[in-house]
Amino acid sequence: MTAAVAKSTAHSIVEASPRTKAFAGTLVILYALITILPLLWIVATAFKSQSDAIAYPPKVIFEPTLEGYVNLFTVRTRQTPDFIAKLPAPETWYDKLVRKHDMVIAGPSKVVPRFVNSLIIGFGSTFLAVFLGTLAAYAFSRFRIPLADDLLFFILSTRMMPPVAVAIPIYLMYRQLNLTDTRLGMILLYTAVNVSLAVWLLKGFIDEIPREYEEAALVDGYTRLQALRKVVLPQAVTGIAATAIFCLIFSWNEYAFAVLLTSGEAQTMPPFIPFIIGEGGQDWPAVAAATTLFVVPIVMFTVLLRKHLLRGITFGAVRK
Amino acid sequence: MGQMTTILQPDHAMIPGVNEPAKSRAARRVRGLSDRTIAWLFVAPTITLLLAINIFPLIWMIRLSFTSLNLSMSYLPLRFVGLDNFRDILTDEDVWFRLQTTAQFVISSVALQVVVGFGLALLINRQFRGHSFWTTIILLPMMLSPAVVGNFWTLLLQPQIGPFNYLISLFTGVPPSSFSMTGQVSLAPWTIVLVDTWMWAPYVMLICLAGLRSIPDYIYEAAEVDRASPWRQFWSITLPMTVPFLMLAVLFRAIENFKMFDMVNLLTSGGPGSTTELVSITLKRAAFEKWRTGYSSALAIILFVTVFGAANIYVKALNKVKQR
Repeated sequence: MTAAVAKSTAHSIVEASPRTKAFAGTLVILYALITILPLLWIVATAFKSQSDAIAYPPKVIFEPTLEGYVNLFTVRTRQTPDFIAKLPAPETWYDKLVRKHDMVIAGPSKVVPRFVNSLIIGFGSTFLAVFLGTLAAYAFSRFRIPLADDLLFFILSTRMMPPVAVAIPIYLMYRQLNLTDTRLGMILLYTAVNVSLAVWLLKGFIDEIPREYEEAALVDGYTRLQALRKVVLPQAVTGIAATAIFCLIFSWNEYAFAVLLTSGEAQTMPPFIPFIIGEGGQDWPAVAAATTLFVVPIVMFTVLLRKHLLRGITFGAVRK
Repeated sequence: MGQMTTILQPDHAMIPGVNEPAKSRAARRVRGLSDRTIAWLFVAPTITLLLAINIFPLIWMIRLSFTSLNLSMSYLPLRFVGLDNFRDILTDEDVWFRLQTTAQFVISSVALQVVVGFGLALLINRQFRGHSFWTTIILLPMMLSPAVVGNFWTLLLQPQIGPFNYLISLFTGVPPSSFSMTGQVSLAPWTIVLVDTWMWAPYVMLICLAGLRSIPDYIYEAAEVDRASPWRQFWSITLPMTVPFLMLAVLFRAIENFKMFDMVNLLTSGGPGSTTELVSITLKRAAFEKWRTGYSSALAIILFVTVFGAANIYVKALNKVKQR
């Protein structure tokens, strides 16, 4: 490769040639499409009717309907045609959809309370974990704490236990404390799991903020706490937000603890979704509708988190 | 890397006697709470919470592992049986078989993820147009709930109605109802490896990308000047410099896969028979179906010590590689 050629293509020596790029691009796009296909299939299934969802061969082109969503949010009872005939004509669009199958809406399903549980437990544990994690991370980052490395490793090692193993003593402990199947119990548990991630991530973020700013603030007569509030926190805001989203995603997605420690009152979405049963087995459109609604926030967060993703999934062990 | 002992006796490690680094004039003029108090106050809540929710239950579990406690017969007095539970587990052929199943799952899925992930990272590192958009698409699966993933793959893999079998039969001519990815002894272990790879290969890819981007350009430029072939460049520059990152990815994935419960529980529930019964599923059955708390506590401890020991040895090796 001569200098003249290098100039004419305006590439650095190590940049790939356009042909290599096109080849690499094609392969990656192919993989991405194969990856996304299952997800798209689920989103499509959410808009199918029961019969279309289990049709053979699998239907790619179908008449979209909101039946899945209606089934997800309601409990229905089957009625005799005579009974249906005596009823007044259905007024709303969802009544009409249900009436088609000789059914009547009997009431709301449990999906809304389950969603609310997911939200309350998710946000509650995220807030607590980020709050505690910020304080601990600041201390680890700025003060010399004896055995800091051991403590940090201890905090990390709490994540190595299989959740099923942790659930055994937690279950017994919660029975004693009347915390089984309560939101408070789940919030405390998820906070404990999340706080390790929060401490590790936030310590990385705070380490990157130069100490000089605080030193200057201290010289100006600020106390430590004022310096933390007015100098460090504003600079760590992005890091704190990213950490919060990671904690939220964990609590949102967590299944093992949820399925073992909740049964009704505090049950979250992940253990609930697989058990949306219609007549004659799984009501796939309703399950797919629940999955779709459940996954939408995660997709948005993933796009938001692109920059911090690497750090978050490796506990800050790898940085870009 | 800390020792097991710090985990069991964490309380002596909690007194921060703060030595201010490089006593600057600023630090000496601080008013309000002293730094020592603040360090204490800031670390204490986190440690307290972890002690309450993690360590105290763990110690309780260690105690229970020496008893014959069974929750379905909890009216019986607590009886200490010494090391009986551990003996029962370690002499039980079934348990060894489950460990073998788990080891096979961990090794094959991690290997496949490393190959796919590293390959993808090499391709994306070519920086073609639109690469960041497609990378984000590829990353989506690992952000989903394993429960939801296990559940919807169940639909995709249905022998009668699932699109997966249909596509396979389109290309191979095998009738789609003649095989079941989750219901056949020969296929089920590969199914969980496949789904796990779909979900987690992007994770390995992300870590490898970080590794590839950490290699400075001038090394490649020097290689170009020396007329090293692309093949040679890959073997002598790219691979050696990404190995520490690859090792880290393997560590994280191996720990996660050893703990794997949610996705497999929903996809195959350990079946058919017990071909995909990973140890965490065995543990769940012993603890939350048969209610053998003493026995399952002992099993949990054996698993934890295994993961912890293996991780420790591995991290030492990783540090050696890094120092090279």
